[in-house]
Amino acid sequence: MTHTGLEFAGFESADTVSARLASVGYISTASISTAVYLAHHLRKPILIEGPAGVGKTDLARSLSQSMEFPLLRMQCYEGLDESKALYEWKYGKQLLYTQILKEKIHHLIGDADGLDESFKKLAGFQDLFFSREFLEPRPLLKAMEQAGGSVLLIDEIDKSDEEFEALLLEVLSDYQVTVPEIGTVEAIVPPLVILTSNNTRELGDALKRRCLHLHIDFPNADLEARIVRSRVPDISERLLAQLVAFIQLVRDENIRKLPSISETIDWAKTLLLLHADSLDPIMVRNTLNVILKRQTDIAEVNGQVDQLVRKVLSEQTEPA
Amino acid sequence: MERTLTNYIRALRTAGAGVSTTEAIDAARALELVGYQDRGLLKMSLAAVLAKSQEEEVLHDRLFDLYFSYAETKPPRQPQSEGEDQEDSDSASDGSDSDSEGQESNGQPSNGQKQPGSGQGGGSGQDKSGEAGEDAPLDLLELAQSGDATRMAMAMAQAGARADVDQIRFATQVPYFVRRMLEELGAERLDKQLMAALDERTEEGTARAEALIEARSTLMRNARAYVEARFEVFGRSASEAFMNEVMMDRSLGALTKSDMERMKPIIAKMAKKLAAKHARRRKVRNRGQLDLRRTLRANAGNDGVPFDVIWKTKRKDKPKIVTICDVSGSVARYVRFLLLVLYALREKVTDLETFCFSSHLVDVNQDLESLPFDAAMDKILREVGNGSTDYGRAFTDLSRQYDSTIDKRTTVLILGDGRNNNGDPAMGIFQDIAAKAKRVIWLCPEHPASWGSGDSALLQYKPFCSSLTHCSTVADLEHALDDVLLAYG
Repeated sequence: MTHTGLEFAGFESADTVSARLASVGYISTASISTAVYLAHHLRKPILIEGPAGVGKTDLARSLSQSMEFPLLRMQCYEGLDESKALYEWKYGKQLLYTQILKEKIHHLIGDADGLDESFKKLAGFQDLFFSREFLEPRPLLKAMEQAGGSVLLIDEIDKSDEEFEALLLEVLSDYQVTVPEIGTVEAIVPPLVILTSNNTRELGDALKRRCLHLHIDFPNADLEARIVRSRVPDISERLLAQLVAFIQLVRDENIRKLPSISETIDWAKTLLLLHADSLDPIMVRNTLNVILKRQTDIAEVNGQVDQLVRKVLSEQTEPA
Repeated sequence: MERTLTNYIRALRTAGAGVSTTEAIDAARALELVGYQDRGLLKMSLAAVLAKSQEEEVLHDRLFDLYFSYAETKPPRQPQSEGEDQEDSDSASDGSDSDSEGQESNGQPSNGQKQPGSGQGGGSGQDKSGEAGEDAPLDLLELAQSGDATRMAMAMAQAGARADVDQIRFATQVPYFVRRMLEELGAERLDKQLMAALDERTEEGTARAEALIEARSTLMRNARAYVEARFEVFGRSASEAFMNEVMMDRSLGALTKSDMERMKPIIAKMAKKLAAKHARRRKVRNRGQLDLRRTLRANAGNDGVPFDVIWKTKRKDKPKIVTICDVSGSVARYVRFLLLVLYALREKVTDLETFCFSSHLVDVNQDLESLPFDAAMDKILREVGNGSTDYGRAFTDLSRQYDSTIDKRTTVLILGDGRNNNGDPAMGIFQDIAAKAKRVIWLCPEHPASWGSGDSALLQYKPFCSSLTHCSTVADLEHALDDVLLAYG
């Protein structure tokens, strides 16, 4: 982990955001930095959309790293509910305690006459089992309780049910969580909230309205080269330029699942392991499964590997 | 400064982006934070705050460039050459132009200044518009001749505000608003002067008249440029939205090539709507029935005391659609749209098989999956489309070769006019297919009045269809597919 060495004091400008992120190896674009800068100052969550593997989740991770805030991550899925997201009562502990206290209850109500009076006596203790002691905080509540600030990542929000979105609204707009038995827990320091979505379904307007919107798309060749260089520093410039150019060409092909940055990085690592210093059709063919994840896509590109590699190589030599 | 922003938000709203008040407030806060200095930064900031989807972002990018092309921070001080004056006419509307005129000129009638029904030229007797009104003709002549782009733009913006140019919705309204603007500028007096000069019948008079005519046309040109620029900001998207609405009810058979391109985004939007609607329905739980096994398992840690209660859920069928399309002649156009919608729904309807036929049935899934849509469609029409229609043969082929594609989850969607060229309709086989499938839905592009007329076997098939509907517009298509997906709710 790279350490910035500087105490986090807030983002003065969008450029500071870029610099901060760069120091932990995340190459950001102007629009990403602007969104983070605004989110930081307007205290608003960021909703990030874009294809899989373009660095949505990684942005949250890098932010937490660069700000030196803890990252609280909540992975969304169908059926996710408040007991997994907000808080849960420690039922087991409650049960155990009641078992242990069963013996003692006699002392408590031993001298009381009749049901009415026993009940009154017990009523004084009823809140005992629904107190902080027995509360298990889940990511959202946990984020509220971080005294030093935090980055809260709500990953793949589009995978959750629509009801869950409604649950998030209180957290996102007021930075507080209401636990009926205890009351409202307000955030000590409002966390920086990042929501990601792969757009498998349309999110509700209420949610969108509360967030800043950021769309991250596939990067252009220049940006992609910088990203790969920061993640795979050992790669030679020649190979880097070639493989990025190849990936950019593949994205223009008629395939279902386009390779994204994470695939490019994996591929760069793979080629490095194989001691490649230049692309050649045979090696590309053998490692095609690193960048393409569908059999039909692989078959589609496989036939054109020679042509694509030739194109990449000829473009490389021309300017030089 | 604030007005520039609120006007921009209004332009976004007219263009169809839903900007709520909270978002407007956020935009103001963002603006305060980043200021006007860095145009790129401002654009990205407003995009983050105001645009809440990719489509809105595209809209924002376009409008921002149009709108802030004149709200640029540096006012062009030096007089610019006359000519293409869209930029010129807007350049003075800049908020930072420190005098009060600059403030006023952002295209919005300020509360005090707007005259209800201000038809009289330059008649508002308040602040600076008053002075413009008094000696308007002289002023106008001088203004037009001076070539001072900044002053001209300022006058245009003021007149535009009084003429309510921002209310423009359709391109055809441009001449009307140009006339309104000229009225507001006081061109009437210019005309009177012109008539007087001509009446003089002297050389000097003629020269003056020519100068006046020249001035008038300069004004006209500027006003026109101004109105056209405002139309780009406030009108174009509104009239496009209106056109799209009209499109929804237009017969698909009557669409031109350019209409087709316009249809694509409409269809994508409709597919998204349908998908969202039905995605929600599929998750309805069957609350009320306890799932004992899973409840006990989940609460084993609590000594079997059921804190967590788990309910049984009903597993809903995923939609499975088999489409059979008649691609002969007249029906082919409709097929294109049906398939376009179905393939736009691909994420929701994963189990989709498409067959096309004219004389015999062909499995076209491969083409549609591997080729871009238009190319696939052209190929299908070329290869399958040129035979005489034989519905009986198509159904026979289906039951012989692709028998396994139809089961009790399947909705069979047939698009065709049922004109069988008097061939054997193969009723028995059709009946078998109908019995096996979940539902058979027949969409017919012909008007119900002609069903069963001539060689149409439609009425023979009708009793075995779960529904037979007339389907000739995009709205009809939407209903039909809604109906198909409803069965899987």
